[in-house]
Amino acid sequence: MIKIKTPIDEKTRLQLRAGDEILLTGIIYTGRDAAHQLLVQTIQENKPTPFAFENQIIYYVGPTPPKPGMVIGSCGPTSSYRMDPFSTVLMEHGLKMMIGKGNRSDDFKQNLKLNKAIYFITTGGIGAKLSKTVKSSKLLAYPLLQSEAIYELLVEDFPVIVAYDSFGGDIFIQKDV
Amino acid sequence: MKKIPKELLIQSVKEMIMTSAISLDQCLIDRLKISFENETFKLAKSTLSQILENQEIAKNEHIPLCQDTGIAVVFLEIGNEIEINYNLEDAINEGVRQGYLEGYLRKSVVNHPLIRQNTLDNTPAIIHQKLVKGDTLKIEIAPKGAGSENMSRLVMLTPASGIQGVKNFILETVKLAGGKSCPPIILGIGIGGNFEKAALMAKEALFRDLDDHAHLPIDQQLETELLDEVNQLNIGPMGLGGNTTCLAVKVNSFPCHIASLPVAVNIQCHSARKKKMILRGE
Repeated sequence: MIKIKTPIDEKTRLQLRAGDEILLTGIIYTGRDAAHQLLVQTIQENKPTPFAFENQIIYYVGPTPPKPGMVIGSCGPTSSYRMDPFSTVLMEHGLKMMIGKGNRSDDFKQNLKLNKAIYFITTGGIGAKLSKTVKSSKLLAYPLLQSEAIYELLVEDFPVIVAYDSFGGDIFIQKDV
Repeated sequence: MKKIPKELLIQSVKEMIMTSAISLDQCLIDRLKISFENETFKLAKSTLSQILENQEIAKNEHIPLCQDTGIAVVFLEIGNEIEINYNLEDAINEGVRQGYLEGYLRKSVVNHPLIRQNTLDNTPAIIHQKLVKGDTLKIEIAPKGAGSENMSRLVMLTPASGIQGVKNFILETVKLAGGKSCPPIILGIGIGGNFEKAALMAKEALFRDLDDHAHLPIDQQLETELLDEVNQLNIGPMGLGGNTTCLAVKVNSFPCHIASLPVAVNIQCHSARKKKMILRGE
């Protein structure tokens, strides 16, 4: 298990390989289907995105509402392949790291390699456990999207695995032994 | 005629929604524990351990097991001695509404597949009704997440495809789903009937007790063989490889047309949340 602080610079990123198990600490940004659509629209209209992508991570999640006194509700990953049509535009504009679950399209993988980016996964269906790693949550953009809005999360030891590295490594193909 | 008070029905549905989001059936937990014990792959084992730890946290701290608290699927068996003098579906939806709001569950339903405005209370539920003999109302509810539902498939095979064609389609479906359907999965299979009957049977199969077996020997054989064959695909928990891809296969069948062989595969993720309740008429 490797402990890494966010934001993650290029040097650290390029050392990561498919299969590496990592604990992330620091800020990550939430965003899923609807937020991706708006992010791409914002870029196409030449407007500034709600946060700068450089060295930052987008986590594909739509949490349950927090109960009173809690930071966040259940917050596991959603399937990443639905973000594939948007990810290329975001990568072209500096996004290098994403967290989700499941394998993605060949197109996405090619673009990921081209952009020297990284795709992390975390376990689906363990949102209660993952909520324990979230220390704060701040609404950043698109409040109308409800659970799909963009939040800035402060996480501590958030567990991820490198699924696709920047060199074509793929955990879903190499599998574990 | 006997009656089931509207308020009791709403309250029951609400409770089922709220408890199903935070707790799994013991037989499912037992199967996950056995899989964890038997798993030989490292990442598969640690993933199963996370899943088991998650359900403890969810149960003890009342945090939803998964952020996708689903769209509510409701099966009703209404006894013919029960008189319901109110709109049954409205009452069910009221229970769903209250459950999702008061349980702090995610509202994941949009008003139209293309307009896509959130209904903000997770209604409407998907409700199936059946009339049966008796003086009870049986309610079964499953909050069904989209991750596994999106990976489900239906095909209209020709009779010549036979048992091998059926198996091939099911195995292909599981392979295409890979880690996206959050394995270890449960497979609900509907064979026969027609287009919509096959899909409905596949869903009904997912509501069966994890430990039961199909009535017909041929369906039972399919359940046993498919479980084995799916677990040899080396998909594993979350698609990371391993012996644990599938926890159970449930096959429901129905007579069909001489020209048809419909097959529906409904995939259920490892967070297989469901609750059953029987209300007796007063």
